[in-house]
Amino acid sequence: MSTILIIFCFLAAITLSTAFLTIFSRNPIHSALYLVICFFSIAGHYLLLNSQFLAFVHVIVYSGAIMILFLFTIMLMNLNKENEVHKPRITRLGAIVSFCLISLVLLAVFINSKPIIGEYDITGEDYQSIKILGKVLLNEYMVPFEFASILLLVAMIGAVLLSKKEKTEK
Amino acid sequence: MNNILNEIGIENYIFLSVILFCIGVFGVLYRRNAIIVFMSIEIMLNAVNLLFVAFSTYHQDAQGQVFVFFSMAVAAAEVAVGLAILVAIFRNLGSIDINNLKNLKG
Repeated sequence: MSTILIIFCFLAAITLSTAFLTIFSRNPIHSALYLVICFFSIAGHYLLLNSQFLAFVHVIVYSGAIMILFLFTIMLMNLNKENEVHKPRITRLGAIVSFCLISLVLLAVFINSKPIIGEYDITGEDYQSIKILGKVLLNEYMVPFEFASILLLVAMIGAVLLSKKEKTEK
Repeated sequence: MNNILNEIGIENYIFLSVILFCIGVFGVLYRRNAIIVFMSIEIMLNAVNLLFVAFSTYHQDAQGQVFVFFSMAVAAAEVAVGLAILVAIFRNLGSIDINNLKNLKG
């Protein structure tokens, strides 16, 4: 067991367990906090794969912006525990069975396709520094990049419009 | 740190993201709280992002990481609009139980 493999197993255990706890915990705020830990461990995976810039962006966007949105919404709604009703038992059983089936099928498919995966070899060229990423992003993906900015603007305006308080007509 | 995928193996990353994606699907099916359903969707998006980065490292190509940027932008937009819709629903109905949302039922 090398050190990298141990780090990988540790991070993977944290990721999977916190993802499960996100789904299972009763209190929505606890789920949000578990989700933050899950996102941080995924950022750790990115660091392990040597893509530092994506790890930073992931921490900023997901653990920062998106989780703050989630927490604000949860606190805005002020949910009580009485609101939380569980699904009927047959639906939950169906969910568990379908979870087992999907993971079984996908894992079996990927285990069977393993011999096709070749060995990873290092060419030594630099492909994931910020410089190269910026060149790829602004040369080849210029139009999608601009569309992403339009999408974010439209989403922002839409969110403001949707959550605006309507005037009561009285 | 250069021979990272030789030590871990791309298949371990594939298995990790498959299980993470299945956890997301499970959360969408299992819970009734709409916010938790949203979080499960985020988990699924993250599983796919992780696979993108792993294959980008495997092929030594920056394009996979560019797609991760775009999926992050779409996720941010989706969360902003979706949570605004949830707040509007909560104001009208008083709960965010997805079984109460029957207005579009055919």
